[in-house]
Amino acid sequence: MAAEMTVQEVKRHVRVYLMVFGALLVLTLVTVLVSYLDMSLAPALAVALFIAIIKASLVALYFMHLISERQVIYWVLVLAAAFLVGMFALFISSLLDQAEVAVMLMGAGVA
Amino acid sequence: MQIPYEVTPRPDTGVNNAKLGIWLFLASEVMLFGGLFAAYVFLRMGADAWPGMETFDTHVMATRADQILSVPLATLNTVILIASSVTMVLSWAALKMNNFKQFRLQMGLTILLALGFLVVKAFEYGDKFSHGVAPETSNFLGIYFVLTGLHAVHVTGGILVNAYFWGPGAKMWTQGSVRAKAHFTNRIEVAGLYWHFVDLVWIFLFPMIYLI
Repeated sequence: MAAEMTVQEVKRHVRVYLMVFGALLVLTLVTVLVSYLDMSLAPALAVALFIAIIKASLVALYFMHLISERQVIYWVLVLAAAFLVGMFALFISSLLDQAEVAVMLMGAGVA
Repeated sequence: MQIPYEVTPRPDTGVNNAKLGIWLFLASEVMLFGGLFAAYVFLRMGADAWPGMETFDTHVMATRADQILSVPLATLNTVILIASSVTMVLSWAALKMNNFKQFRLQMGLTILLALGFLVVKAFEYGDKFSHGVAPETSNFLGIYFVLTGLHAVHVTGGILVNAYFWGPGAKMWTQGSVRAKAHFTNRIEVAGLYWHFVDLVWIFLFPMIYLI
């Protein structure tokens, strides 16, 4: 976020923050209501994660100003994301290595 | 080696040191919570049943997490935490507009909302303990207490930092030069980045633990 902003620019930002606030409240309501639909695990997980990712993106892009951030910050995040994906890949590959778990996951329609 | 505290962007990174520092810290936090999320996935996938414990009132095997945990309270806490993220960013915007009174108000609200979050959390924990269950009761409660407990510790840390900036730390603005004021605004932005991250973690915790 640039250091020099005019009062007008800040006021415009404030309006965006309030709109994001509204969107986050609506999405929270949606994710709670959807959970009462009694879907099976795989679709319920997909919907919950989808909404959570949208909400997290709104917070990161607008409140944390990632939408107008310098490249070096993006690289830090790419690094963190790469390690996170790597860690999950290790865990999941060891899970799938256990035959009975793999069968169970396929039965539940997750894998 | 001396690291100068400057709020002007460094020519090589394009950002000031404090901002790069907090983002590196948040990257490490991603791994901390990520590891525990992976543990949650591991426990859940390896379990015969989830949550795999009896309900408190009817003593039948629970089939959904919301038979053990309170979704209304957690939803309330989600709204509280989102609202506190908004007031946090508004407190920073107030400083950008040179409005210290508005900063005090918004930062005060941020702290109060965070305290409210902890009070609701304490009621939730208290409800569990009053039924004689603890982290040792089941894998579900074990990972529930670890994830939400670690998150609550982060909320507490945020309250301490924000309270410092609301109170004694604000001298930097009230008694400071133009340069000191710019430094204070930068501190609030950096504290805000941490606070939004705490909100962000909860955005994933809430559906993962309570709803599915």
